[in-house]
Amino acid sequence: MPLLQVEELGVRFATPDGMVHAVNGVSFSLEAGQTLGIVGESGSGKSQTMLALMGLLAHNGQTSGQAWFQGQDLLRLHPRALNRLRGNRLAMIFQDPMTALNPYLTIERQMSEVLQHHQHMTRRGARLRAIELLHAVRIADGAARLDMYPHQFSGGMRQRVMIAMALLCRPQVLIADEPSTALDVTVQAQILSLLRELQRDFGTAIVLISHDLGVVAGLCDQVIVMYGGRVMEQATAESLFYRPSHPYTMGLLAALPRLDSDAATLVSIPGEPPDPAHPPRGCPFAARCNQADEQCQTLAPPLAPAPHDPAVLRACHRAWETWPPAGERQHA
Amino acid sequence: MCRFADSHPTPSPDAPPGRSPWANARRRYRQNRAAQLSLLLLLLLGLAVIVGPWLLPHRYDDTDWSALSQAPGWQGGHWFGTDDLGRDLLARTLIGGRISMLVGVLGTLIAVVIGVAWGAISGFAGGKVDALMMRLVDVMYALPFMLFAILLMTFFGRSLLLMFVALGAISWLDMARIVRGQTLSLKSREFVEAARALGVTRRALIMRHIVPNLLGVVAVYATVTIPNVILTESVLSFLGLGVQEPLTSWGVLVQEGQQNMSSAPWRLLIPAVFLSLTLYCANFVGDGLRDALDPKDR
Amino acid sequence: MHEARTPLLSVRDLKVHFSLARQQLWPWGPRPVLRAVDGVSFDLYPGETLGIVGESGCGKSTLARALLNLLPPSGGERVWRGQDLAQADARDWRRLRCSMQMIFQDPLASLNPRMTVAQIIAEPLHTHRPELSSQETQARVRAMMQRVGLSARQINRYPFEFSGGQCQRIGIARALILQPQLLICDEPVSALDVSIRAQIINLLQSLQREMGLALIFIAHDLALVKHIADRILVMYLGREMEMAPKHALYAAPAHPYTQALLAAVPLPDPRQALRPPPPLTNAELPSPLQPPSGCVFRTRCPRAESRCAEQLPPSRALDGERRCSCLLL
Repeated sequence: MPLLQVEELGVRFATPDGMVHAVNGVSFSLEAGQTLGIVGESGSGKSQTMLALMGLLAHNGQTSGQAWFQGQDLLRLHPRALNRLRGNRLAMIFQDPMTALNPYLTIERQMSEVLQHHQHMTRRGARLRAIELLHAVRIADGAARLDMYPHQFSGGMRQRVMIAMALLCRPQVLIADEPSTALDVTVQAQILSLLRELQRDFGTAIVLISHDLGVVAGLCDQVIVMYGGRVMEQATAESLFYRPSHPYTMGLLAALPRLDSDAATLVSIPGEPPDPAHPPRGCPFAARCNQADEQCQTLAPPLAPAPHDPAVLRACHRAWETWPPAGERQHA
Repeated sequence: MCRFADSHPTPSPDAPPGRSPWANARRRYRQNRAAQLSLLLLLLLGLAVIVGPWLLPHRYDDTDWSALSQAPGWQGGHWFGTDDLGRDLLARTLIGGRISMLVGVLGTLIAVVIGVAWGAISGFAGGKVDALMMRLVDVMYALPFMLFAILLMTFFGRSLLLMFVALGAISWLDMARIVRGQTLSLKSREFVEAARALGVTRRALIMRHIVPNLLGVVAVYATVTIPNVILTESVLSFLGLGVQEPLTSWGVLVQEGQQNMSSAPWRLLIPAVFLSLTLYCANFVGDGLRDALDPKDR
Repeated sequence: MHEARTPLLSVRDLKVHFSLARQQLWPWGPRPVLRAVDGVSFDLYPGETLGIVGESGCGKSTLARALLNLLPPSGGERVWRGQDLAQADARDWRRLRCSMQMIFQDPLASLNPRMTVAQIIAEPLHTHRPELSSQETQARVRAMMQRVGLSARQINRYPFEFSGGQCQRIGIARALILQPQLLICDEPVSALDVSIRAQIINLLQSLQREMGLALIFIAHDLALVKHIADRILVMYLGREMEMAPKHALYAAPAHPYTQALLAAVPLPDPRQALRPPPPLTNAELPSPLQPPSGCVFRTRCPRAESRCAEQLPPSRALDGERRCSCLLL
């Protein structure tokens, strides 16, 4: 029984310039203890998908589809019922820890607030639990740090505090929206390794949203690749990175400069991501794909199991019976 | 591995003009109904005060002995009534509007010219020059304006030109502060840094990069300064330091009306309505401009 | 071998210090000094690419601006084609700006929102070659736009009508229209989408080959720098940690900081990604206002010894082209 089951999720925004379709037909399921990565560029809709689940869309956002969590459809829940879940069973951490923490309250106040609200703890009990969590995220001197303000922490520490806050009520799902993008690479590595350990210790399922394929490779079991608001490919990390079966995924992997390879030129994908206000008919990647034909421009391909591996879902009209596709060299 | 070719789009001879930021702002402004309406009203009022006095049957200083302190009505062509000297109130209100609006616009113009120059130089120069110039502004803020205006009027007599000078000399302070703040923030923007890296001269930097990006803010604050100037002129006139008889302004009319409030309420209401309408509309236009030119919206 | 050629740009012990406002009330105490760049040296040869890597606060962006005199250096020497830049006056700099240009991190912010693309790209020509006729200027602008992959149809558009990648192309066109010899790239693709980055990098490399440009490429993405640079300078808190040719640096990093940086890069490879975390202590990044004494990296270095706090490690030459600032080697 999956923990979170999302079916045909769609998000659109009513703007003065017209209806903007940010997300179209995203479906996935998340098992307990699993890590799911959602990869995409700007405009791919990856953040909006998760914000929709948490009920954090802008006021002009509308959702469609279903998102089942513990027998309830998150998209149809009354705000009060959703509030009982948010911070408690479903937690989220964001990209910029400075703006995600209240600069006027001490860390203790912000952490106790969560515990007092959801678990009706006393101030004293909340403080002890907060120290416990600060220790779990490897912040030394937890008791002293509790009385400090966010501006007294560095970027990496603030992100740890955010993770600690998110884990206070032992949520079943932790959504991490680009948690390490704003951090230096050495700090990023420490945060990611921390997330891995915490997942092992707390058994939380993690949804990791990122544009960085390296980050996703290190942490995730399952990966969804999104482009132009649609899912392009959905597979295990192993399948996706070693046997990519969608032209976009292949292009993305080819365009990455890698530490472990000595390629002379980067293979680039020509063109630009589509404008969410004017989504193309058909496959959103068709304009930039060198294998696109007329069918791709007019009809959006459905997400279907790949012929060579039914566990891989891909949205592409080009059907390859085997992998690697005939006529293409494998990425070295 | 998929082969992707870097495509170069083929150039074509015709190049359509782009949508400038001003065009975008115009479009956004038009979507704001209140601002559009206010602009229309202001234009109508402006037209009325310029053309109206020539079209009316009575002049503003014609005394009509047969209709002293007459309430508004259709008889005698005095639609808005008359004052205690038999002068047509509509004509006087429109003439008063000419003076008030003229003072408002010209006074603001002076404020804009001085304020933008002072603020831009101060902000661009930075350091000690900036500190000195802003301290001067602070000192002038501390001066009691009324005293200053009264002294000026008393020494040099009541003249329209002097009133412009006095009003403009006070209103530029706000503009200078705002322009200086905006210049400071512009100076640190990347495109200004890029221009310096290109070796653009200081003069070109100010004229090509700083000033065009200032104009939005200046336009907004200018439309908000106009009501302030009109109000200040009204206060001066209320105190008896404004225009000379028989010329009048809304402030004078309001003062006269206030004295006769119980016996001839129309003498207060008519000019007050015109004055308030103008102030409201100018403020709405300023608000609309600010929303339309919001830098966050590109 | 590089010794036979003369360097285009020689930088010796460059320092950029900022004097900040006093924190305490006593007006005669010393003011805190921010040592953004504290002694960096390198040579740059024509046509080569020098990569500068480091994390936030290491001073790489400040260094770039000091090279172009957008920020005044507080010490050290910059020699451009034999000319000492510290002696250059305003007129010399006007001439120098034709030879050294820069592209910036935020492509949209580096373009004046109220100027059209044509005006933006033509601005260097108007500034430095005012004698050119307007037809000639237009022709050069169009040619440059085509060269960087922009359609000439868009010549009258405004920056906000373009995407990030296209804005960066405009920035490149503007920087290269005067045919400089040096192009400094300050994190030019960090703000761009992954699928667009490769386009811009390929464009830069092809322009470099065509125009014989020397590039100084500043980035925090080590994999990207490996792809584009010939030699790499690793900075930390304003100081040089290591400088080495590309292959040597990535194959066998000498300095503990370089080793930690390379170990920290997340690889897009699930089997290799589960590496142990980089060898760093848990200490926080020190404040640039109070850098640690001696070796600035010692607070996070797993191999620090007591002598690392006492003396400043000199930049020692290792085999041939490498330099490393570590006492333990």
